[in-house]
Amino acid sequence: MRRLALGLTLVVLGCAPFLGFGIPFVFSSEVSSPGSLQVLAIALVYAGFAISYDIIFGFTGLLSFGHALPIALGAYGTNLFMIHLGVAYPFAVVLSLVATVAISTILGAIALRTTGVAFAMVTLAFAEAFAILILSDPLRIFGGEEGLPLVSSLVPDFFRGVVNTRNLYWFSLVFLALTYVVARRVVNSRAGRVWEAIRENEARVHMVGLEPFRFKLASFVIASALASLGGSIYILLVRGANTSIASATFTLALLVMVVLGGPGRLWGAALGGFVYAILNLRLSAVSTSDMIARLPDWIEGPVSEPLFVLGVLFVLMMLFAPGGIASITDRIRLRRQRSS
Amino acid sequence: MSSLVLNTATGLGLAGLYFLLASGLSLIFGLMSVLNLAHGAFFAVGGYSAWIVMDRLDGVPLGLRFVIAVAVAALSGAVVGVVVERGLIKKLYGLHVEQILLTIGLGTAMVALLGGWFSYDPRLMNQPAWFGQTTSFLGANIPNNRLLVLVVAVVALVVLLSFLKRTRHGLVIRAGVENPGMVRALGVDVDRSFTIVFAIGGMLAGMGGALATVYFNGISPGLGTTQLIFAFIVVVIGGLGSVSGTAIAAILVALTQVYVNQYVGTGLGSISVVVLLAAVLLIRPQGLLGRQVL
Repeated sequence: MRRLALGLTLVVLGCAPFLGFGIPFVFSSEVSSPGSLQVLAIALVYAGFAISYDIIFGFTGLLSFGHALPIALGAYGTNLFMIHLGVAYPFAVVLSLVATVAISTILGAIALRTTGVAFAMVTLAFAEAFAILILSDPLRIFGGEEGLPLVSSLVPDFFRGVVNTRNLYWFSLVFLALTYVVARRVVNSRAGRVWEAIRENEARVHMVGLEPFRFKLASFVIASALASLGGSIYILLVRGANTSIASATFTLALLVMVVLGGPGRLWGAALGGFVYAILNLRLSAVSTSDMIARLPDWIEGPVSEPLFVLGVLFVLMMLFAPGGIASITDRIRLRRQRSS
Repeated sequence: MSSLVLNTATGLGLAGLYFLLASGLSLIFGLMSVLNLAHGAFFAVGGYSAWIVMDRLDGVPLGLRFVIAVAVAALSGAVVGVVVERGLIKKLYGLHVEQILLTIGLGTAMVALLGGWFSYDPRLMNQPAWFGQTTSFLGANIPNNRLLVLVVAVVALVVLLSFLKRTRHGLVIRAGVENPGMVRALGVDVDRSFTIVFAIGGMLAGMGGALATVYFNGISPGLGTTQLIFAFIVVVIGGLGSVSGTAIAAILVALTQVYVNQYVGTGLGSISVVVLLAAVLLIRPQGLLGRQVL
């Protein structure tokens, strides 16, 4: 049943570049236009980010506030390898992946000496240290506040230019599918079962003779690797590595995505990331519409801020539907079972 | 020598801001295990309250107007704190992770709300002329706004410590930080203390926001969010729930940051603070004066 649903979703998403009509309130131009496809591609990559974060947060129960770090390492790493070492894009992706795995193994091993909220703060501090490093840029390689723009001559031909937006879109879709498959395999593996056991009761895992530290570190590193890949693709979509993806705000946004969708189930997280990106990118366009422009100024200002709407939505979700969007299907199923 | 005095004064001013933000965070966390990620937004609310008073209250002399501005900022911070605790946090008592997540959404929405009302561009504030002048001390010309922040923070520290040591509410809060279950078992209304620490935390953050507007010579919605990360570091280094520990850690962090930025290299200050945090966590995970092991 789930396979069928996922397969159908994949087919529908794969056909998006051929859809010659718009979607009311979301896309004014047709879905197949480069503008709409770019928004959709970003949403797909966000969905992949959310899946990778769900491995740490939803499945292993680790409250990491530093998941922006591997994403930023993937983005900046890929671009740095291309610009400063002249490596071709595919190799730069692999090199930055290896670097991210090495760095997150070390940082994860330090951060995992703490638990709970202290872990959250340490991971936050590590990610923030990198964010400050690229902003202040003492080595003059990260581009500071402007970020590091993509050098288009180093990008493969079929990803270059507005005409090829659809190739980028499919590439993002492949990344999302790959992330989903890898994540599904690892959470269904025996290690994945231990992750869930750690989330539920770490002391008990310890008592049955397993070492939680190793499993937590594995979860942290696998999620970081997937995030790094996403970062490498993200720079193709937004034409460079920018500082916003390294910020603490972005980590918290990832948390919002996963919780919005439904933590602990991969498709829920993916849906959360997708919805978050669409809302964040398109809400400002919706809010400039006549309907909202007629409101008084003191309401119009905040309502046209996507983050205000998302923040309020998130708070309401926490109070009234803590399981996220994905839990809604559970409720329907429960009701059906009760009625039969 | 004079540059060392100047940098120390700058660092101590910054320490004052960190203390005002971090002491509330530390108390709230110590008592309720809630990591309040909306605390930076409380800070910004205080800043904008002060800005409105300075901007709109024509006719009142600037010095007096500033006193009113700080009072209004403290009051609005406290009101926001109480409303958030009573209206939202209370609904999720006992669910610590959910409470943290709630404050994330709340902080995001509040910062965007301020952005929608006041725009994201920094606003300059009317200030008494004295703030912009300098005072000679040990051969260095120290900007008065540094001294102002420091004095207010020291007064806040003294008042807060005596509140915790000498009043009944303070006693309950200190006991609650040690062992909330036992305090509740003795029939004390801990829930009321929860509201009180949120009011105190909001008040201190509000005052901090007003002073930060002077210290940084302007305010923008994201101001609190940037400072919040350093406040977290201060709280962890100081030991969760310990006000004195927070004060010591605030000075340690702020001076490290300013000295390294000045004498080692610009931009390295913040990174050295993170290294300091990692070192403290590895050597003494409970922080300088914290008792509970995390």
